[in-house]
Amino acid sequence: MKLITAIIKPFKLDDVREALSDLGISGMTVTEVKGYGRQKGHTELYRGAEYVVDFLPKAKIEVAVVEDLVDRTVEAIAQSARTGKIGDGKIFVSSLEEVVRIRTGETGREAL
Amino acid sequence: MNKQHGFFFVPAGLGVFSPAALAGQLNGADTAWVLTSTALVLFMTLPGLALFYGGLVRVRNVLSILMQCFVIAAVVSLLWLVAGYSLAFGDGAAVQPWIGGLERVLVWGMGPDGLSGSIPEVVFLAFQMTFAIITPALIIGGFAERMRFSAMLWFSALWLLLVYVPVCHWVWGGGWLADLGVMDFAGGIVVHLTCGVAALVAALVLGPRKGFPKVPMPPHNMTMTVTGAGMLWVGWYGFNGGSALAADGGAGMALFVTHIAASAGVLTWMAIEWVRFGKPSVLGAVTGMVAGLGTVTPASGFIGPAGALGLGILAGGICFTATQIIKRVLKIDDSLDVFPVHGVGGILGSLLTAVLASETLGGFGLAEGVTVLGQLGVQAIAVISVGLWCGLITFGLLKGLDLLIGIRVSPEVETEGLDISQHEETGYHW
Repeated sequence: MKLITAIIKPFKLDDVREALSDLGISGMTVTEVKGYGRQKGHTELYRGAEYVVDFLPKAKIEVAVVEDLVDRTVEAIAQSARTGKIGDGKIFVSSLEEVVRIRTGETGREAL
Repeated sequence: MNKQHGFFFVPAGLGVFSPAALAGQLNGADTAWVLTSTALVLFMTLPGLALFYGGLVRVRNVLSILMQCFVIAAVVSLLWLVAGYSLAFGDGAAVQPWIGGLERVLVWGMGPDGLSGSIPEVVFLAFQMTFAIITPALIIGGFAERMRFSAMLWFSALWLLLVYVPVCHWVWGGGWLADLGVMDFAGGIVVHLTCGVAALVAALVLGPRKGFPKVPMPPHNMTMTVTGAGMLWVGWYGFNGGSALAADGGAGMALFVTHIAASAGVLTWMAIEWVRFGKPSVLGAVTGMVAGLGTVTPASGFIGPAGALGLGILAGGICFTATQIIKRVLKIDDSLDVFPVHGVGGILGSLLTAVLASETLGGFGLAEGVTVLGQLGVQAIAVISVGLWCGLITFGLLKGLDLLIGIRVSPEVETEGLDISQHEETGYHW
């Protein structure tokens, strides 16, 4: 099992959710986050006072998937979140030791 | 106020203040308009200014601003009842040039029938009270986000009695500046100059907010600020139009020139930002509006619409420049730009009233036998003397209060915010 964490542009969230649903992925966690990478921030100007806003709003998606779905999931996220402009985000894949469904106590693949 | 008002409140030769003896006839239309204007001017503070300022501070201090506006309204109203009105507009007899008398303490002896000009005296009192409320409320922009609430209360109360009341008497209550013939229709000197100077001095005495100017301190809610700004614009109809103290063409003209100056201020400030910074900002547009309105205030009963257009354009340009100089060059943290907008606007308008009131420039005339240069001299004397008095008293009050009770919150409290530390509440629950 793998945990796939993707940082994407917030306005691409719906596209990504749809692409993952099409793969049959039945759940995800979304968080509004802020951060910066190569895109850096932007500036705001109030009565001539310029403020550099370092951290830009992004959406963070977390999806747990079985091994055989990992490549297709990563591909689907990359496809649906891409605009080709700087700031499209990143996808992190990490191994996942265990999953428990709280209601039933199921573990592993059964719990996904 | 206008000369008519001065006439009624300078009962030369009458030892005792006695409005009934001076009065003409009650005019229902005048009374209705001044009552309406009273509501409009209170609306400028509550909630207009409260929202305008509240949106400009950071999220942890929004309630402190709203609270200060509300409580100042209550405190000033009671002070106005107890002694403020009497000392501002009563007959001071031997000390009349400097301060009014005590015969209206607790508004003693004023029934519903007593007249001030063509309106009931109590209506005049209430209208004037709303001006006394907004002036200290405007000052809080200078020391926003760092002053202790208790110190703010003491300061506002004492400032009202030691600065606002005497200056109001000098200019509108038949004091020495009125005798000199100063022209201040609706408060360029009494309201905007005094609040601007006091805010500047307060910013200097308290020092900048922690992190200024390195840490970003952008407005937390621009929507709130623009909402409040719109209320200020509307309320200003009562501020300037009501100061005619009559429901007539003078009031209508004052209202119209006020509106023109505001519009010119909006467009000027917006244009400058567009050219200089590349984008026309919302905050710039509403700040230009306040600059135009503050600047036209002393002139509004004396100038024509063309004069107001010129004045509004100048207000936008000069107040914009002043804002940049105070905050960016001198690095003074007059946090919400009270001095560059209200103080500079008040000075500009008060001086140019002398020029734009002349009939050659479409104004409605200086007093007979008075030249533009002569009037300009009187206006300059008023601006300088009131500015000095206000600056010195404000400085003394803040230094004294600092010794006695401390005026500034600790750095930890400042970081935590005034809402939670002073009021144990927060503005928003997300």
